[in-house]
Order: sequence, then C-alpha cells, then structure tokens
Amino acid sequence: MKSHGIVHKYGDNVDTDVIIPARYLNSSDPKELAKKCMEDIDKEFVNRVNLGDIMVANKNFGCGSSREHAPIAIKASGISCVIAETFARIFYRNAINIGLPIIECKEAARDIDAGNEVEIDFDSGIITNLTKGTSYQGQAFPEFMQKIMKADGLINYINEQLEAV
Amino acid sequence: MGMTMTQKILAAHANLPEVKAGQLIEANLDLVLANDITGPVAIHEIQRLKKKTVFDKDKIALVPDHFTPNKDIKSAEHCKCVREFAKEHDITNYFEIGEMGIEHALLPEKGLIVAGETCIGADSHTCTYGALGAFSTGVGSTDMGAGMITGKAWFKVPAAIKFILTGEPKEWVSGKDVILHIIGMIGVDGALYKSMEFVGAGIKNLTMDDRFTIANMAIEAGAKNGIFPVDDLTISYMKEHGAKPYTIYEADEDAEYEQIITINLSELEPTVAFPHLPENTKTVKEAGEVRIDQVVIGSCTNGRIGDLRIAAKVLEGRKVAKGMRAIVFPATQAIYLQAIEEGLIQTFIKAGCVVSTPTCGPCLGGHMGILAAGERAASTTNRNFVGRMGHVESEVYLCSPAVAAASAVTGKISEPSELFS
Repeated sequence: MKSHGIVHKYGDNVDTDVIIPARYLNSSDPKELAKKCMEDIDKEFVNRVNLGDIMVANKNFGCGSSREHAPIAIKASGISCVIAETFARIFYRNAINIGLPIIECKEAARDIDAGNEVEIDFDSGIITNLTKGTSYQGQAFPEFMQKIMKADGLINYINEQLEAV
Repeated sequence: MGMTMTQKILAAHANLPEVKAGQLIEANLDLVLANDITGPVAIHEIQRLKKKTVFDKDKIALVPDHFTPNKDIKSAEHCKCVREFAKEHDITNYFEIGEMGIEHALLPEKGLIVAGETCIGADSHTCTYGALGAFSTGVGSTDMGAGMITGKAWFKVPAAIKFILTGEPKEWVSGKDVILHIIGMIGVDGALYKSMEFVGAGIKNLTMDDRFTIANMAIEAGAKNGIFPVDDLTISYMKEHGAKPYTIYEADEDAEYEQIITINLSELEPTVAFPHLPENTKTVKEAGEVRIDQVVIGSCTNGRIGDLRIAAKVLEGRKVAKGMRAIVFPATQAIYLQAIEEGLIQTFIKAGCVVSTPTCGPCLGGHMGILAAGERAASTTNRNFVGRMGHVESEVYLCSPAVAAASAVTGKISEPSELFS
C-alpha cells in the first residue's frame, strides 16, 4: 500500500480543537466535518487540499480532546496519511481505529517542507521526499496494530474475532 | 521487576500475574462512558458490529452533558440518538438533565467508579477517576463503542512518572495550581503515553476535590492516566457515595519509573496558564496586567462543591468589576443544590455573577459564554487552545476558582490575597 501527494505542514501540539472546532461537533457526518477541517489554524486548507495529500507536523499531533471527529475530518478531507514526530495517544488510537494511516518519524517531520511532493510505502515504512530527493525510515507498527489496520479498523477486526469464536 | 500502581490494576484486569511497560494487553472493563458528542459516533459504529448487545447494561454510563440543555436542533438529535440507545439497551446509568451533571463530577458522585477498577470513556478527561485510585483513561468513540459491546479494551501498558508531593499548600493554593505547575514544568507532552503516579506525605493535605482536579488534567500533559493512592479520605469518599466494593492496589517498592519528580506543595503559588497552551504557566504575581472580559467558574475540572466554596469566600460581600461577565457552573445537580443550601448561590448572584445549570458548554466553546474576537477569559476549565472558548482571536487564561473569583472582582488576573490584605 502506497500513498503519494503534496504536503500540508504544521508545527508542534496541533490540538483536536483546531483540527475540528467544537462548534461543529453537533454533526458527525464526515463530509460536513471535512468542510471545517483545520479551520482555526489554516483557513485555506480545505481549498488547497487534494485527494491523496499528506499532512506533516512536529510534536504531539492531535493532543487534547478525544473527539474522533478529528481523524474523521482529516480522512474525509482527502488526506492519505499524517506524518508526525509524535502523536497524542488518543489521536493515535483513533486514527488506527478509523483507518487513517499515521506514521511517527522525527527526521521526516523535521525535514519535509510545505508543498513538498512525498511518497509513503506503508509496508516498509519508507517515506520518500520526491522534491528533495531524500528518504526517511518511519516507525513500523506493532503486529497487533497492523492486524487492526489490515482489517480496515477496529470494528472489522472485532467482527473477525467474533467470527473466529 | 515490580509494578506501578497502574500496571497492577491492568495486570489484574488482564488476568496476568504481571505486565511490563510497552506490553500490549487486553483488559476487562468495569465502566464504559460516553456523552452526547462522542456517543452518537460510537452508536453509529456499533451498528456495523456483528454483536449488538451491550456487555453489561449496569456498567455503561451515558451522560448528555456537552451541548445540553440542547443548544440547537442538531444537538437535540444527537441527544435523542443517545437517549434512544439507552432505552433500547435498557442502560441503567443514563442521566437526563434533571438528574445529571458534568460526567466526570457525576460518575464518582454516583459511586459508579471506585478504587481498583478500570474505566474507558469517550472523553479525554475520563482520567479524572484516578483520584479514587482507579485506572481510567480517555479514548475515542470507536474504542468506546467496542468496549460497550465486548467489555474489553486493548492497552499498551504505560511506563510511569512518579510525582512525590510533600508539604502543605498555602492559603489560596489548590489542586489546580498544583497541576498547572506540573504541566508548566513537564510540558503538554511531558507525560506522553505514560502514567502520572502521585505519592508522598503531601497528599493528605489535598482534598478529594483537589485530587479530582489534578487527575482530571493529567491528559493536559499527554498522560494516559493520573492516579492517586487510596487513603482514609478516599475510602470515606467512596463510602459516602454508594459504597460499591473496591480494591486497593499499591505500587511495588521496586516499581520502575522513568522519572521521579519531587514537588513541595508549600512552595507553590497561585498559577495561571497563558494562551494558547496549558504549559504556558506563570505565577499570578508574574502575570502582569492582564485585563479580562469574562470569568468562568466550573467544569469537570473545578465545578465541585469545594471549588464553589472557595470562589464564594472570595466573592462574599464583593461585586464583580463593571462590565465583567462572571458565569458559575456547578458541576452536578447535587452540587448545585448543596451550593443553594450553603448560601453560595446567593453570594454569587449578589456579587453579580450568573449561575448556570450543569453543562460543559463554555469549556469547549459550545454554548453559554462564547467569546468574541479580542476578548479574554479567566477560566477554571482545562484547555486554552486557539479558539477553545470561541473566536480564534479570543484568549483563555486557566486558573483556580480562587484566582478566577478574585479576577472577576478586579477585572484583571489577580491573587485573592490582594482582596484580603
């Protein structure tokens, strides 16, 4: 599985309130949430983003509220993967559970710039920066999380477990 | 190798003799929580599951508290979705507004969570119950929905930071100042993926309300959970609130901690977190002249009776500054009633505050006290991110109830002692 797109770059501590502000949480429709994604930190994001694009950020991405609407909004906006130096733990779980690919890679997070063209190979964890001609080794997921992702999220994984019983 | 308090609770709930940091386990859950924002997403996910019956109708809590009383049609529909789910599955602990409260104040008050138990909640401040010596942590809707059906959740066993608390806090210094000080010290990702375990002789000088406040904001340092040892005060609290059987776990002598931090409570000062991160802390003395437009006293962090008593003590016989909007939110109906009986509500109203029904409203910028561009609030809530309480160009300063009340009187971030000298 690969993803390939243009980078939207952010800094440290991007919290779930700016990813999807609470005033929009009276909807749980992914399409509606996607229209408001990143509004409080990057008003132009929704106009700029194309299907397959990649989000890159520094430390502690997705901190704060546990709202699953945050990874849902990012995924529904067309983003194919989020690369960050570190993720807040609830966001990390939520992303895996809803099938939004995420990769922790300090080197990539620091070196990749906004607008760079990037390709990610999820099987090897290798991130290639086509603009700069550099590549970085992202962290591989534990086997258990890979199983959840292969099943395309926690719900399908649990269904598989229920069938096996 | 010994285990931390958190690791012991997780091992017991995973039916394992021991667990180690980094190990992936599946743990049995004693309580699963959702609210009106996260519930509908989970209920939608549950429809996709092959098993649709809940694991235990007595071990699920559904608390519509965020956009309630319903702020608009969409919120009303979300609440209706949760209400109908509760009815369909005969959920014992569903709380309509007349019997409700903000979830993290309500659940301990109702005795639904006690020492030694495990809880996941689709709300990041679920870590509050660590004050009772329980393992509780925030998750997303899918994890929570899966938990409601299976009664289990997977966890990566956390490493831990030990905080040794010594001494006694000065007058006007409370749990909020302690946790703001800690977050200022270690940063908003200082405890990322880890447990914050609080120990030491200073704990006996912290009320249960102080401990709830501290555990509540563990997430603001990125922690998986915050946890306190169980002492006589915890036991009497649990007995007063439902007397469910509990189990006391203690960390082993040789438990491993990634970091040990000692904090002398007597050295702490009233503290405030500047925009736009809870880690941007200064003492109130260092804050300088920060004019404010609105004060919010309440929330799952600071809306308990002890918090209201402190705020009333400051506001007694005083008036809020001209042009100040001061809003008080008792965290539950029971706390509201107690505040009426103790005369606290009269004090607030005479001082020129408004008093609201329990709701999460302003804390997350939902309703009931939204800020316009350029406005500033001093708030006893838990987050001050960009746009958290309203407009992206508004600002939130996090503080204790004592500092919030004093600031309401002076119109700027102030220490209560300024009013009592």
